[in-house]
Amino acid sequence: MYSEKVMDHFNNPRNVGEIENPSGVGTVGNAKCGDIMRMYLDIDENGVIRDVKFKTFGCGAAVATSSMATELVKGKTVQEALQVTNRAVCEALDGLPPVKVHCSLLAEEAIHAALWDYAEKNHIVIEGLEKPVNDIGEKEPDVSESY
Amino acid sequence: MSKRIYLDNAATTRVHPEVVEAMLPYFTECYGNPSAIYSFAGEAQKAVEKARETLADLIGAKPEEIYFTAGGSESDNWALKAAAEAYRDKGKHIITSKIEHHAVLHTCEYLEKQGYEVTYIDVDEYGFVKLDELEKAIRPDTILISVMTANNEIGTIQPVEEIGRIARAHGVLFHTDAVQAFGQIELDVDRMNVDMLSASGHKLNGPKGVGLLYIRKGVKIRSFIHGGAQERSRRAGTHNVPGIVGFGKAAELAKASLAQRTAYEMQLRDYLIDRILREIPYSRLNGDRERRLPNNAHFCFRYIEGESMLILLDQKGVCASSGSACTSGSLDPSHVLLAIGLPHEIAHGSLRLTLSEQTTKEDIDYTVDALKEIVERLRNMSPLYDKNRLEGAEGGKLPA
Repeated sequence: MYSEKVMDHFNNPRNVGEIENPSGVGTVGNAKCGDIMRMYLDIDENGVIRDVKFKTFGCGAAVATSSMATELVKGKTVQEALQVTNRAVCEALDGLPPVKVHCSLLAEEAIHAALWDYAEKNHIVIEGLEKPVNDIGEKEPDVSESY
Repeated sequence: MSKRIYLDNAATTRVHPEVVEAMLPYFTECYGNPSAIYSFAGEAQKAVEKARETLADLIGAKPEEIYFTAGGSESDNWALKAAAEAYRDKGKHIITSKIEHHAVLHTCEYLEKQGYEVTYIDVDEYGFVKLDELEKAIRPDTILISVMTANNEIGTIQPVEEIGRIARAHGVLFHTDAVQAFGQIELDVDRMNVDMLSASGHKLNGPKGVGLLYIRKGVKIRSFIHGGAQERSRRAGTHNVPGIVGFGKAAELAKASLAQRTAYEMQLRDYLIDRILREIPYSRLNGDRERRLPNNAHFCFRYIEGESMLILLDQKGVCASSGSACTSGSLDPSHVLLAIGLPHEIAHGSLRLTLSEQTTKEDIDYTVDALKEIVERLRNMSPLYDKNRLEGAEGGKLPA
């Protein structure tokens, strides 16, 4: 079902984790559709992405696209990162099954959401970046619910 | 070959070697068409009739009430579509449950497009059909009630006798999809008050591609496959003789081993359930603790997603499923889990493990140990899971 590259990134995901005090963080997707991605960016004073981490709730493709997206933006400038499209993520993974292509879209949106957060925090405008629609913010599931 | 633990027996089962042995002569020796006149074909015909008797015996039916089909989905399609057609002068209303197999649900949706009305009855949190709702849904134009004997995902065994009694009291035809229950629990068409029952060969160590529909004598449903005069002209097509023989043999073996086999499976299943609930935090059992299929265990693990879990289990050699194999590849969470009231995010983290008499305690221990690692690993990657915060919130520490 999945390419070798997808399986590699699923089994050995790059850049899993969190960044403390990130320059920008974005969360996209929702649990209802089965995928949530959170992307953390550490951006230096020259606008270069020094470090990137992610956390993902989702299927094999969701994990692999998150991982690949982090690889594609690491070391890039903000403007370069903005050019990382879902298609680029897909191609870098040697393709995804049709029902899983939306995962790569989510990866692109996660980067955009993190960049948007960075732009807001720094009161800057990143040319070509639109406000992410899929940001579900920091909403957490209700942990008081028990079973 | 690397390790393989097969825990997806609700999807399909290994064909029993004795079943294969029983089938073999009907490929190369007694290969005659049972409908032919010459005596050579008589062997095949006798074998088909013997299988019919064995299968009828397993559910307390008469042999002439058993009609062979190509499988459970065909039987369900036939029962629903043909009953709808046969009784449309009486009415066009059908009642079913929200947790049926897609062979029933999608057939109902098809019938809705043909002008029939379908009421989908709710289930409670354990997956039991709400009987009061079911009875209230019956109208003068209701022609059919179809409720499965046991659920293919969460294993809940329905109060079929009660449903049958309600149907009968109101003069409504009752069909049950017993594909998962057949050979797993005792079935008796009279006790269950059913008019039609679907079953499939490959769920009880028989071959794939063969099933049956029990139709109670007197129920006027017509042919589904038109053609020759096979199956009393109700289901045309040359008999799948090896398949039917294998189905019969599987039923014979299933009947002989029923008590011992299911007792063994239940003990192992309960051990599996106990270990998982005790050792994996934020896990829950779906379905009823007691009234569930002997070999079925179905869980949800919070904060993680099912497919990732299945891929990692596969890499450890464990074959499992997240719900029903038929819906893998679809993005929506299981309709069964939503029907029992689980929110989407929890329904996405589901796992079905279905055992066989060949499953060992070692298999279960290996699987639970693997699962503990996998769940932990995926949770550490999940933005929904914050161990420290949860420990604080729950006021206690998570088991290691």
